Amino acid sequence: MLASLPLLDIPLFPPVASAQARQIDYLYFFISAVTIIMTLLIFVAIVFFAYKYRRSAHPHPTQIEGSTKLELFWSITPFLVMLVMFAWGAQLYYAAQNPPKDAMEIFVTGKQWMWKIQYPNGTRLINELYVPVGQPVKLTMASEDVIHSFSIPAFRVRHDVVPGTYNNLWFTPTKPGDYRLYCTEYCGLWHAKMNGWVHVREPKEWSAWVSGGSQGSLSEQGQKQFQQLGCATCHLLDQQGRCPNLRGLYNKPVQLNNGQTVTANDAYLRESILNPNAKVVSGFEPDIMPNFKGQVSEETVIQLIAYVKSLSPSGPAFQQGSQQPPVVIAPKAATPKAQPATRQ
Amino acid sequence: MATLVHSNPQAAEEVNYLNVEHGWKSWLLTTDHKRIAILYLISITLMFFVGGTFAVLFRINLLSPEGIFSAETYNRLFSMHGIIMVFFFLVPSIPATLANFFIPIMIGAKDLAFPRINLLSWYIYIVGAVLALYAVVRGGVDTGWTFYTPYSSTYSNSYVLAAAFGVFVAGFSSILTGLNFIVTVHKMRAPGMTWSRLPLFVWANYATGLIQVLGTPVLAITLLLLAFERIAKVGIFDPRIGGDPILFQHLFWFYSHPAVYIMILPGMGVISEIVSCFARKRIFGYNFIAFSSMAIAVLSFVVWGHHMFLTGESMYTAVSFSLLSMMVAVPSAIKVFNWTATMYKGSVSFDTPMLYAFGFIGLFTIGGLTGLYLASLGTDIATHGTYFIVAHFHYVMVGGMVMAFMGGLHFWWPKMTGRMYSESWSKFAALLVFVGFNLTFFPQFILGYLGMPRRYHAYPPEFQVLNVLSTAGASVLGVGYLIPMIYFAYSLRKGPKAGPNPWGAAGLEWQIQSPPTTFNFDETPTVKEEAYNYGPLEEIVG
Repeated sequence: MLASLPLLDIPLFPPVASAQARQIDYLYFFISAVTIIMTLLIFVAIVFFAYKYRRSAHPHPTQIEGSTKLELFWSITPFLVMLVMFAWGAQLYYAAQNPPKDAMEIFVTGKQWMWKIQYPNGTRLINELYVPVGQPVKLTMASEDVIHSFSIPAFRVRHDVVPGTYNNLWFTPTKPGDYRLYCTEYCGLWHAKMNGWVHVREPKEWSAWVSGGSQGSLSEQGQKQFQQLGCATCHLLDQQGRCPNLRGLYNKPVQLNNGQTVTANDAYLRESILNPNAKVVSGFEPDIMPNFKGQVSEETVIQLIAYVKSLSPSGPAFQQGSQQPPVVIAPKAATPKAQPATRQ
Repeated sequence: MATLVHSNPQAAEEVNYLNVEHGWKSWLLTTDHKRIAILYLISITLMFFVGGTFAVLFRINLLSPEGIFSAETYNRLFSMHGIIMVFFFLVPSIPATLANFFIPIMIGAKDLAFPRINLLSWYIYIVGAVLALYAVVRGGVDTGWTFYTPYSSTYSNSYVLAAAFGVFVAGFSSILTGLNFIVTVHKMRAPGMTWSRLPLFVWANYATGLIQVLGTPVLAITLLLLAFERIAKVGIFDPRIGGDPILFQHLFWFYSHPAVYIMILPGMGVISEIVSCFARKRIFGYNFIAFSSMAIAVLSFVVWGHHMFLTGESMYTAVSFSLLSMMVAVPSAIKVFNWTATMYKGSVSFDTPMLYAFGFIGLFTIGGLTGLYLASLGTDIATHGTYFIVAHFHYVMVGGMVMAFMGGLHFWWPKMTGRMYSESWSKFAALLVFVGFNLTFFPQFILGYLGMPRRYHAYPPEFQVLNVLSTAGASVLGVGYLIPMIYFAYSLRKGPKAGPNPWGAAGLEWQIQSPPTTFNFDETPTVKEEAYNYGPLEEIVG
């Protein structure tokens, strides 16, 4: 594939910098081949008929009613080809929706007009995302205001960031380099400036860029918020307080007072912080905890959730408890060089 | 226009719908579907040039990677371009003008079923257009034509309510037009004009009417809810006050995806008329083309979810909408194949309407096929929200619908005005439109896969060359649209008389005088033959 016109340096095709980029490209090439063949077929047929049956050469038209056989042929054949596009596309979409278990989690908050990035070790960046090559990365994304969309064309990944919920996307960078990231959902005045860079680095080099913050890890930041916001007065950790004990809660089933059971995942925890009365745990009174909607930012919520996660002995993908440094788990087969890189 | 024709010194004119009455009252209070069609034609042409001016301005802005105008100006330009072009040009374009003029004549009727409602629909359109233009004059709206929440309901500081109210009002004109067509086609066909003898243009507009009547009220509800949230701060769409932003997208696209077919089905009808006429052949696969219009109308209501594949929609929902979106491509493909097959063993001439039909088939084919990238879930991830989508829908809407509108206007202009336009100038303009269009929009497919997001007033410098090409194309396209204004205006006064049937076309509209009389037919015709009963040209003319 010709990536650019060499003399003029005009790019014609985006870089291929993630494991899924080529997968999506293959489907793109397939649909392009069908598009080009069909367009040429129609074009050639029209030019040929227009020339051969031009009025000066063919003044007497032959009336033809139509042909059911032909109609069925040119309805069913395209549909079968489209079924291939459908099934192929659905498979890629399914893969894009399901990050691998060992993915490293990074948090992204969209806000008019910037991307705020938070790493589990407390590093905070704006519009710059550093990721290690060969490591699956899962982004958990929230919006402070309107709908944004997080897009990295070189990775062929994109997902809307809808306020009021968490959205995810994931990728495995395969090629060190700097790639553009964009907001691709119109979000107001400086929409066009809500973009930045993804920096793919070798794991060792990467850990130097993401060296943690002065305020400790994400869960330590969350612990401070937990104290400052007064959560700790009711959510006691060593005994049962007026509100549920949060130790060991993360990703566990929770029985609600309406009889339903939900999993205490990120979305549930976020909702329970911002709007506690939406889902009240069985055995507890509603209206005890104040609404934090509009009181705390999405970034603070992410810190609080990181703290709650750290209270559970087996976190999701890797330990991010306040005592442990973040561990990067690299896929064994793909990049043997990239050993688990530990910071500090 | 009436006075122009009247003041022509050439001999005594026959009485026709243009010269039967004079003065502005005879136009503003008319119930003649042909005069109302002319009122609409003038109104939507004005709106087309307003929307087109915005496009020229923002294409100029995109000559430089940093933008030439401010971000604020650019955001308002593209938003008003979209709102005006979609709701005030494309939706009414063919139905309110060509179909309004020709559906009654094609089925052998004196007028539409509800002539006064027809006039009312024009006034409603004007009120909507004035409201939208008021929003423009006050400083514009910056939400994009899609009005996505919570940006539009809570965050935007522009004239959202005026613009949305204009769209809300104009929707009722669309509903009334659709209703009028449905009733007219059911109740007012001349003796012998059976459903299987209806011209395909009538079928296409009948299918369009169904979408207009069933879909547009949902748009009205959606915009009312938006206004409700914006004014009264009731939480419907904004999650901060308890709403769901994706609900807006469901409601909006439940109308606006079918509306895409409101914008293209009538164009498909025009192409069926033109291709059969200039190939001098009965249309290939009449039943399949008619049926495919109805299939599109039905399927168009169950594909809206493909606009939300990347919002966090469930896997099952996304897969269902992807499959249904693939299915709606089949009836469109059937039409393209049938138009092409109609030329087989025909007797093809290359008059201007046929050139536009060729352009339509080619560009609509590309527009339709590039829709598959967006319907397939995998490639949608890479193309959604980029210039790829901009290119795709302009190939359908401009390459398709505007081409068909221009083709139809050139086809029926002699019937509507009684005059011929310049053949060489019109062919030249058609060529400019085709070249300019491709130069404008083809580079945008490449920009899209490169990842350039839509609605950006500034962009990375590596995209500049492709953007400059696109702007160059837009200026060619603009000239291509201006030239017809000149030769059409010239033809009104100086154009040679067209006579009743300059193309030797079949169809009832070509059997009456040009321009027609107020009631079209002296006595109700009886139809004894199939549509498109074409033979060699000399048997009809002469």
